[in-house]
Amino acid sequence: MIDDRTVAHVARLSRLDLTDEERTLFRTQLGSILESFQTLNALDVSGVPAAAQALGAANVLREDVPAPSLTREEALANAPAAENGYFVVPPVIETE
Amino acid sequence: MPAALADRSAWELRAQYRSGETSPTEVLRAVLKRAAAVESQLHAYLFLDREAALREAVRWDALAGRPDAPALAGVPVALKDNLCTRGWPTTAGSRILDGFRPPYDATVVTRLRQAGAIILGKTNCDEFAMGSSTENSAFGPTRNPWDLDRVPGGSSGGSAAAVAAGEAALALGSDTGGSIREPAAFCGVVGLKPTYGRVSRYGLIAFASSLDQIGPIARDVRDAALLLQVIAGRDPADSTSADVAVPPYTERLSGSIQGLRVGIVREFFAEGIEPAVAAAVRAALDVLRGLGATCEDVSLPHAPYALPAYYLIAPAEASSNLARYAGVQYGHRAAAGDLYTLYARTRREGFGAEVKRRIMLGTYALSAGYYDAFYLRAQRVRTLVRKDFEDAFARFDVLVGPVTPTPAFRLGEKVDDPIQMYLSDIYTVPVNLAGVPGVSVPCGFVRGLPVGLQIIGRPFEEGVILNAAYAFEQATAFHTARPAIAAGSGGTAAGGRA
Repeated sequence: MIDDRTVAHVARLSRLDLTDEERTLFRTQLGSILESFQTLNALDVSGVPAAAQALGAANVLREDVPAPSLTREEALANAPAAENGYFVVPPVIETE
Repeated sequence: MPAALADRSAWELRAQYRSGETSPTEVLRAVLKRAAAVESQLHAYLFLDREAALREAVRWDALAGRPDAPALAGVPVALKDNLCTRGWPTTAGSRILDGFRPPYDATVVTRLRQAGAIILGKTNCDEFAMGSSTENSAFGPTRNPWDLDRVPGGSSGGSAAAVAAGEAALALGSDTGGSIREPAAFCGVVGLKPTYGRVSRYGLIAFASSLDQIGPIARDVRDAALLLQVIAGRDPADSTSADVAVPPYTERLSGSIQGLRVGIVREFFAEGIEPAVAAAVRAALDVLRGLGATCEDVSLPHAPYALPAYYLIAPAEASSNLARYAGVQYGHRAAAGDLYTLYARTRREGFGAEVKRRIMLGTYALSAGYYDAFYLRAQRVRTLVRKDFEDAFARFDVLVGPVTPTPAFRLGEKVDDPIQMYLSDIYTVPVNLAGVPGVSVPCGFVRGLPVGLQIIGRPFEEGVILNAAYAFEQATAFHTARPAIAAGSGGTAAGGRA
């Protein structure tokens, strides 16, 4: 069910740079976990609505008014790299 | 003989502050002395601010005895480390948040401060609350106060161990699939998972947002009710917090359960439960019968499917929630020359094995081609599980069963076998999927290890399950047993002011 290609694909989607050992371990473990979850296929769920939450709250609205919030300094205080009031990341767009 | 100061309940402390028998500073010193004596063995705390706590205690010395003192005035409280505390380290047990100091308090923390609680520090937990043993903490495991070779349960293992060992009077935990009730059962204390939406999640580091709830851990039921009273209620900062009135929980503890209709969940006694645990829980049911409750078997036919459904839904939500840990806004950041590598390497270095495993599992369940077969199917099963509870609650006021199939297991016993570890949650995850409240109350010992009785209620009927737990507690003495490690430190048993 889970092969090396699947592990590599899911790791990439997850933005996880796995070690070789982790790749091998997760291939085996995810395979056996999903295998044990096959019991779910025994259930007839046709026509059963999906529950995305427990108790069905919907359309919780509030007045759209400004309220005190974090200052820019507070918001940036934990950033590993910040400059001129912004978070710093490596180049996103490659240049020639 | 009265209990040592460090072992007294919050409601006793309140009365004794009023009578002048003791003071917040005296109690705090006893608790800190206890922590100093046991922490090297238990490792319940990740962070303890003695100075700040002492300053707060001194501030409450003059006020805690007044009739108008707030509910938790001068009471020492510990917080699970996935609750944001302004200016205090908050790691959720993860290397990736090492050094993070939130710029704000979680709503529950604000409410505790307003209620006069003395906040001692932050307790150990499985990384991002993913685990059943606290062994997944990046900062080393917590040990069970009843047996140092065993786990305290998880993920709120530090909170449960701290309360059991008298390192705090009360603690907050969080429960996504059993993370309050399981450690409470393993450590012989009371732990309540409230109804989804009963307590604001604002400032709780998100694991699985449709399941996470913050709740109290305490040495007796009355204390759990007292703490729930403080933290429950609508919060504009959490749109999933419910606009439902908060009843006076402590006043609802009549101790009478005459005529209470108790459903015994048949599926919770199926294959896999240790016979001695089943026997302890069955004996507890006899106590409830003796108190005038009517107990009958009930079936939750889809309960056996709750575990796989949970372990698809929770990791799926986690894989999305944990996307934010990418080395940009806070926490660990790996050296990298491009953005993809920055994300992937930061996460490789910052996350532990179980968190990676769940991110992988959740991403897989949500990915194109597998979404319908796994995630969507699990959500449909969730509907069936919830319907089972609704049907059962048409006939019964509360449902009961064990909290876990075994008492506390040994450190290292399950850490290499995820499926075995997940099975520890088999009787607790259905409650989270259904969103209903559940409480674990001490109901016996197996080989010297505590066993928990789980009492489950209708949505927002925490008062009913707390009263059932209270009635049971009044009729038994299990909650008065303290682990041996708690003896011999932390204030004299005679108490009294010097």
